[in-house]
Amino acid sequence: MVAWFKREKQKLFTTRKKSIPDGLWEKCPGCDKILYKRELAKIHWVCHKCQHHFRIKPQEYLELLIDDGKYEEFNAHLKSSDPLKFKASKKYVDQLKTAKAKTGYNDVLRTVKGKINGRDAVVAIMDFSFIGGSMGSVVGEKLARSIDYAMEQSLPLITITASGGARMQEGIYSLMQMAKTSAKLSRYSQSGGVHISILTDPTTGGVTASYAMLGDFILAEPGALIGFAGPRVIKQTIGEDLPEGFQSAEFLLEKGFVDHIVPRKDLKKTITRLIEFANA
Amino acid sequence: MAEFHLNFEKPIIELERKIDDLKSINAAGNTDLSQEIRKLEDKHKKLIEKTYSNLSRWQRVQLARHPRRPYSLDYITRISPDFFELHGDRNFADDKSIVTGIGSIDGMQVVWIGQQKGKNTKDNLYRNFGMSKPEGYRKALRVMELSEKYNRPIICLIDTPGAYPGIGAEERGQAEAIARNLLRMSSIKVPILIIIIGEGASGGALGIGVGDKLIMLENTWFSVISPEGCASILWRDASKAELAADAMKVTAQDLYEMGICDRIIKEPLGGAHRNNDKMAEILKNIIIEELNRLLTFNTSELLDRRLKKYEKIGVWEE
Ligand SMILES: [Zn+2]
Repeated sequence: MVAWFKREKQKLFTTRKKSIPDGLWEKCPGCDKILYKRELAKIHWVCHKCQHHFRIKPQEYLELLIDDGKYEEFNAHLKSSDPLKFKASKKYVDQLKTAKAKTGYNDVLRTVKGKINGRDAVVAIMDFSFIGGSMGSVVGEKLARSIDYAMEQSLPLITITASGGARMQEGIYSLMQMAKTSAKLSRYSQSGGVHISILTDPTTGGVTASYAMLGDFILAEPGALIGFAGPRVIKQTIGEDLPEGFQSAEFLLEKGFVDHIVPRKDLKKTITRLIEFANA
Repeated sequence: MAEFHLNFEKPIIELERKIDDLKSINAAGNTDLSQEIRKLEDKHKKLIEKTYSNLSRWQRVQLARHPRRPYSLDYITRISPDFFELHGDRNFADDKSIVTGIGSIDGMQVVWIGQQKGKNTKDNLYRNFGMSKPEGYRKALRVMELSEKYNRPIICLIDTPGAYPGIGAEERGQAEAIARNLLRMSSIKVPILIIIIGEGASGGALGIGVGDKLIMLENTWFSVISPEGCASILWRDASKAELAADAMKVTAQDLYEMGICDRIIKEPLGGAHRNNDKMAEILKNIIIEELNRLLTFNTSELLDRRLKKYEKIGVWEE
């Protein structure tokens, strides 16, 4: 709760982060069509031919969802302090440095307050390109503060997930972020708080098995990979190929674990509709 | 059951065999070997003390997996001889990798939730090697909610190599089942004691692992992923598990230093697998002590303390 008061007044909209990779063209993994990046960016990175949803960054979601791109960002200064002094084939501190340089941010999660069609909301978005969107102490703490803030201010909470799971480089600390965020959500929900969870490609492991699956409403982007165990691990365990479409958003809808699959272009109006229903 | 020894235990076992041999010769009565025997027994004791006083993380991981270690039912039936098992999640199936039920401890009514491994191959297939499926987590939650209704404390014994990664488990919502338990366990209105008795792997362990106190036996581990899993991802080589165990700092001692484990329970000399009865007796006394302490809090104090316990976990720079 404390650090919400230290919030940074910076960025009431800044310049657009460079998110389009070099080169003018992008090949669509869905239909192999060669697409012009400038055009793709205008339609929020969805292939106009096959509707493949490219992975996008928090910044693009903010532009997609928040009125006039005006938001207040919180706790962007929080960063991992490498509690285990972790080193595998790479040093964790070096991985952090590389990820920071690549994304321009201190960690995976960006947390903001902004208006969605005129209604204030707290939005927490993950960046998969930062160490696989993994959840460590910083993600857990930033989300916990967002939930506290949403509770204090009686605001709806929108979470957008893209993650390979908990961050191994922080050992048990990262596992416990699952319990921490879930405990916070429990209290928030009991106080009447509204949580809309949006699952994007990919959402797996400890993030799925905690706050991503705890939305009052759970939406998914078309074609997103969503699951607990990764497909490779399952394949190893059962020793055979996985069925077509296994762990896709459509599969989860069929099995009863998401409310709706929502194309990116309809995301803002769907969220607005749900917030309106919840009267939040 | 076939004998099983860890490599570092072998010198001890050899000495034990020698002592047994001498004893049987001695018993035959032709030669008096009692002095020899005493000498070897003394040596044996010293060797055990030396071996177990300075275990590496990897050795502790191996001990946590020792097939002769007491499993959940070994504790439950010793501590609550009147244990009555409750089966099934009321939706899909009865997951044999999690045992749930009611029992009393010296007259106090409690609910037991315990992950259960098998003692041999057949038993392990029946128990799915202690790897739980969604129906296991849902059964556990169902029984915990009964516990809440009847105001009885809950004891969770954790011992799993991980949640089961299979097609059916995904189809039935492994992630949702675990997430739901984390959410509910953080606000169940009765005391919850979490005790790691062997392996605590990842979300599979945490799925029945949120409570008021986290207690770990001396030779156990608890982490975000198994050392082998971590090694195969971060080193691309599962044989680097020993390095991964060190890098992730997975033992009870590590977690105690990080302030995540609240209490370490010392095992009988040479490990819990050498004396199941003694281990169960030690655990019983600690459970009684801890539950009595937790029962002094009223519901809102209990839940506030539980939330605060998890709220403060994590290390970051402002
Ligand atoms: Zn396409």
